[in-house]
Amino acid sequence: MNDGTTLPAAMAPDPDLLYSEDEDALRAAVRSLLAARSDPATVLAGLQSDVAYDTGLWHSLATEIGTAGLLVPEKLGGAGATAREAAVVLEEIGRAVAPVPYLTSAVLAVTALLGCEHDRADVAASLAALAEGRTVGVLAVPLPTAPGGLSGPASVRADAGGALTGRVTSVADAAAAELLLVPAQGPDGPALYAVDPSAGGVRTDTVTPLDLTRPLGHLTFDGAPGRLLATGDRAGATVDRALLTGAGLLASEQLGVAEWCLAETVRHTAERTQFGRPVGSFQALKHRMAALWLDVASARAAARNAADALATESPDAPVAVAVAQSYCAPVAVRVAEECVQLHGGIGMTWEHPAHLYLKRAKSDELALGSPGRHREALAGLVGIAAP
Amino acid sequence: MTDADDLRRRTAELLAAHPPAITGRLEFLRARFDAGLAWVHFPRGLGGLDAPRSLQAVVDAELEAAGAPGNDPGRIGIGLGMAAPTILRFGADEQKQRFLRPLWTGEEVWCQLFSEPGAGSDLAALATRAVREDGGEAGSGGDWIVDGQKVWTSSAHLARWAILIARTDPGVPKHRGISYFVCDMTDPGVEVRPLRQITGEAEFNEVFLTGVRIPDAHRLGAVGEGWKVAQTTLMNERVAIGGARMPREGGMIGVAAADWRARPELRTHDLHQRLLKLWVEAEVARLTGERLRQQMTKGQPGPEGSGMKLAFARLAQEISGWEVEFLAEDGLTYDDWTMRRPDGVDFTGREAGYRYLRAKGNSIEGGTSEVLLNIVAERVLGLPPEPRTDKDVAWKDLPR
Repeated sequence: MNDGTTLPAAMAPDPDLLYSEDEDALRAAVRSLLAARSDPATVLAGLQSDVAYDTGLWHSLATEIGTAGLLVPEKLGGAGATAREAAVVLEEIGRAVAPVPYLTSAVLAVTALLGCEHDRADVAASLAALAEGRTVGVLAVPLPTAPGGLSGPASVRADAGGALTGRVTSVADAAAAELLLVPAQGPDGPALYAVDPSAGGVRTDTVTPLDLTRPLGHLTFDGAPGRLLATGDRAGATVDRALLTGAGLLASEQLGVAEWCLAETVRHTAERTQFGRPVGSFQALKHRMAALWLDVASARAAARNAADALATESPDAPVAVAVAQSYCAPVAVRVAEECVQLHGGIGMTWEHPAHLYLKRAKSDELALGSPGRHREALAGLVGIAAP
Repeated sequence: MTDADDLRRRTAELLAAHPPAITGRLEFLRARFDAGLAWVHFPRGLGGLDAPRSLQAVVDAELEAAGAPGNDPGRIGIGLGMAAPTILRFGADEQKQRFLRPLWTGEEVWCQLFSEPGAGSDLAALATRAVREDGGEAGSGGDWIVDGQKVWTSSAHLARWAILIARTDPGVPKHRGISYFVCDMTDPGVEVRPLRQITGEAEFNEVFLTGVRIPDAHRLGAVGEGWKVAQTTLMNERVAIGGARMPREGGMIGVAAADWRARPELRTHDLHQRLLKLWVEAEVARLTGERLRQQMTKGQPGPEGSGMKLAFARLAQEISGWEVEFLAEDGLTYDDWTMRRPDGVDFTGREAGYRYLRAKGNSIEGGTSEVLLNIVAERVLGLPPEPRTDKDVAWKDLPR
């Protein structure tokens, strides 16, 4: 255990915490699409339907704007961008609580595939399909899994012929998946398999999720045919990198959720009149909103720092991600909770969209490692050892 | 165009002409000012080169590597952080020429005569009067005579000059009747008394002004426009307090983390969880400050500045409170209650008990956290103001 003999200060890098012009342009394109096609009323109306996600919206976002391939190099059919650009897309998705499988397919599944041998034709073909938004890929892990959190015994086993048996619970966007990437215990140790969920031997049981905009399902494998993607350390490392990237970029989604909640709360309290004046003029309320503003401004710095560390493959990325997740997750929850409270009775209704953001924020807090799990990771990373 | 290479060349020339090893400290600092390498973003002839502010780091690094003497910014922080930007923005040419060089070299220490016993958060209610000796006829050039009491004045006992706001017209609403002056602290009407604080020391003073004479040439900005001038000072103060550049684990969190590593026998699970939370918050506050600096460098100043002081104050208080608790029996002791008069302020100096008590001031000095929350709410978020009863009433008619 590093107990502070080498100070982490020495390795803290010089991150670029601003948005570039290209990133601003990407944001404008995504925001205008989501404003037109995924406003809160549309999202609310879609919740009652049985579809796994908004397929038309996904096609526009993933394929027409081309956001699905941001993390994929150009020679593999992607846009050759970085985690910084994907983070901007996630901010906007958070701001619109858009029901699309971006985090699962374009971040987690893509990163997991990128860590495999992508000069293999089948891996390259899968990556290209994900990058173009033709296929929705899902990494089959429980949504709460933290980076480094799959080190225990695998819940899925593969036999020598590549047939998978076992169960993975609470997988985000499981029902939307057209390609499953399944960590499993193979005949020679830990491995990662690709499974076509339509090929038989795979059952998806949807569950009723707390966050209706990010569907969950339990996956049961009963001799499902798997294609071996990676084995041993490589399998472990690529899943870990995917989880680290996912957790780091989730902070940007949390930032977007928090931004919307604060903006709506400010707008509402500046208009809502009681006791003969706007309720937002009372210090008891405006001080709370000012404190939330500082939380959001700080969350932006933390989320940008994580995205930049991932984009530059900085050795500081595990610290940056743990800091961003332990900070941004509770900020999103706090701002969403205050949004409900400061809206008064209307905030408690189904027709007002505040509940969508509260549910997304609370679900995101558990996703890819709770804040406490990330602080525990940090204890080891920066030499603040437990008693 | 002044770029990093140009600054390195100029710094090398300064070092060659005035080798630090054989040059007196003050002589070197004056030469550095005259070479435009004091604060490179200031104008030419006033210690700068009209260069981007971010390039100062290039000069500082070269000079530090060469062992050049510094100007002890901890001792002259009020001059550097508050008086200088105000003089630069509102001062006449002669004022800039007279004041900025000895301010920067530290030959002349500055203090700030703003707060009064009856005017803290409501600073514009201040009662110190400045009366034109000849009756105040515009353009007559007569001296101002100042009477009143100021408080919370750091460095007043060391200061040669003060920035002062005083009421020049009691017959108009409070914000409009204030003027801004440079006050000579050696004037016989200036009396400085130490103000002992909860730490035991007297970092601040009370300043009594009795018939203090200020020439009209030492006024900054127009008569009655002092509130506007003071805003520049106050904004710079808040940036200075909240915006110091920090390495990871810089400041109070570094002290706490070092304690944790050094004293394994005192660790508990509860303290561990709380320290990790504070570590994360301190790291995020550092990143937020860094993002603000990057925005300012690119000429897009963000509103984050108003919030940094809030974050700094809360963290300093929570971390120092954690530290006293962590230290157990050592937390029950205090190093020294003797009344001392320190030359400057060092938030992380001395022992845990001192740090804990001194940090209480962080949410009061330079704008209370409550006032800063109002500023963020109204100016950043655009929320409606509280109804004001004093806005259109002449200062002399306000209840007090």
